[in-house]
Amino acid sequence: MLRKTLAVAGLAIGGLWAPAGFAQDIVIPNIIELSGGGATVGAMWKNGSSMAVEEINASGGILGKKIKLEFIDTASDPGKARAAMQRALDDKPIAIFGPIYSGSVSATLKLTADAEVPQVMGGEAGPLTAQGSKYIFRTSFGQNVSMPKIANYLRDGVKAKTVAVVYVNNDFGKGGRDAITKELAARDIKVVADISTEAGQADFAADVIKLKGANADAIFVYLNEEESARFLREAKKQGLNKPLIGETTLLGQKVIELAGDAANGVKGHVGLTVDAPVPAIQEFGKKYEAKYKSKPDHNGVKGYIAPYMIKAAAEKAGKLDAKAIAAALHGMTITPDKVPGILIEATWDDKGEIDRISFLGEVKDGKQVITETLPKLNK
Amino acid sequence: MTDFLQLLISGLATGAIYALAAIGFTLLWQTSQTINFAQGEFVMVPAFLALIAMRWFGVPFVPSLLLAILGSMLLLGVAFRYVIVGPLIRRGVLPLVISTIALSILLKESVKDFYSAEAQTFPTLLPDTLITVAGVSVSLAQLGVLAVALVTIVLLQWFLAGTRTGRQMQATAQNPTVARILGVPVERMILYTFLINAALAAMASLLVSPIYLAKFSNGETLGLIAFVAAIVGGFNQVRGAIAGGLLIGVLDNLAAAYVSTAYRQAIPLILLVLVILFRPQGLLGRKEERAV
Repeated sequence: MLRKTLAVAGLAIGGLWAPAGFAQDIVIPNIIELSGGGATVGAMWKNGSSMAVEEINASGGILGKKIKLEFIDTASDPGKARAAMQRALDDKPIAIFGPIYSGSVSATLKLTADAEVPQVMGGEAGPLTAQGSKYIFRTSFGQNVSMPKIANYLRDGVKAKTVAVVYVNNDFGKGGRDAITKELAARDIKVVADISTEAGQADFAADVIKLKGANADAIFVYLNEEESARFLREAKKQGLNKPLIGETTLLGQKVIELAGDAANGVKGHVGLTVDAPVPAIQEFGKKYEAKYKSKPDHNGVKGYIAPYMIKAAAEKAGKLDAKAIAAALHGMTITPDKVPGILIEATWDDKGEIDRISFLGEVKDGKQVITETLPKLNK
Repeated sequence: MTDFLQLLISGLATGAIYALAAIGFTLLWQTSQTINFAQGEFVMVPAFLALIAMRWFGVPFVPSLLLAILGSMLLLGVAFRYVIVGPLIRRGVLPLVISTIALSILLKESVKDFYSAEAQTFPTLLPDTLITVAGVSVSLAQLGVLAVALVTIVLLQWFLAGTRTGRQMQATAQNPTVARILGVPVERMILYTFLINAALAAMASLLVSPIYLAKFSNGETLGLIAFVAAIVGGFNQVRGAIAGGLLIGVLDNLAAAYVSTAYRQAIPLILLVLVILFRPQGLLGRKEERAV
């Protein structure tokens, strides 16, 4: 009761000074990693989504209404993410953005499914879309899509017969490790070392020694941003001279920035990058850099397309209704000629899985260089 | 064998940083019965003081390092002594412990809000040049960390045992009342230990940040490991803290390489439990005696 009274009082006071139309804005809660281990990815996502919302509002909003993002910090903690989600859903938003860490998505996806609110998130762990939620939507490939691509690359591009896997011991890392192990086995590639590391780990000396001892044809590195950078520095120090292969993160801008020289020579699959040979996405990269004085990585792009997904789906549904938006997004293909903000043509299936082109790349002279474009899976 | 040496040297370099932080625990405990749970944050903050000097005010690298040490002595030494420890110590150990926990949160959140929540690269004094001896490759930066930490520790030991002020600090630690009767300026000695603690923490900060990046949350693990190191080595002996720090650094690496990477974090804690069970005064500590 008190809460309601306060809310009414707040609205009344707000109404006195707020510009016309304020009360009618659509608020979309953005529940993301603004501190803790995921702070880097959260900051990129926040900037990307803010930029998209500014553009959408400048061109008339969604179905005539302006959007306002409400940023809520999960502190990279699934428990806090869940509590924040519960509170955010009380206000019956038309959509939720985030979280980005798979563990936090996993802890919240049941809540959005029960509340029937579409959750546009950044998690990449394979199982997230396999739990039957009709309201979860990816902004980047799940591991079930990216790992087969990496495994193909290890077999055909690197021609590896043996691979060492180093992963971070959290939902993201374990999901990736399980998926790649399965894919490698299917291609007769042997995993000769399976090394678990901790989130936030500082010293990778022992891990690199183990990798040197394993003497694999290639090393698949699946860590979060900061740990990737620390690992690469240690690998360079100890002269680890096997091909280091990664999935998106390892070749990301933040890792290159933090690891410096040590990132040179890293290769792998990149789901999403502003260095892609696609004019729209390069244009986005320049706009972002001009605005935020840093180069966006895939998380910046993921954050940027989220509001455009909701805009396209709401316009297709013809109403600002959570359930209708989710239904519209299933099976929908959004193309840049109709919605330029989507940057690259993308399709969402009935599980919320995304399909679009992706890339192979490597880091040269402190820059990510794209060497090949891989087609959409179902085309 | 080369692997073992490699692990040993990496471990010692990391351990030396733990040791610098762990000494702080013993110093403050000895002279003022302060268990400083913000010690990890004391190691995190100076790197950001240097970054602020460099990036906001354009101060060159080396002067910023000196400013960071000076700033840390003022903020984490003098201010900590007079604003937090001074008024609270009269109320007993527990309120002080709680307030240092609050301080750790305050420092962490302040750095996050006023600087950045993201990891920052930190320039290094020594180049990343590799030296390879008998198959063991060590970077100059890593050797530098080890050398600076060891020299600092030796100087500290000399200061405590070989100078008049050092001996007065020892006296203050062993029995403040008698020391006061003998004319030792006890209050000033206590302030000195706070200043030394802040300077050591700043050294650790400036050594660790180029390797592990500067981040607001760095103190969480560092503080915990330094605390474990101080207990394992002996909470009432500076040399115990040093041994504890080095031991944990090496043990962490060896455990990861020869036991399991998945359980590396558990090994120091298992050691902690064993020490508490069988040698509660710590490996080099003495029962019921105080000395700095």
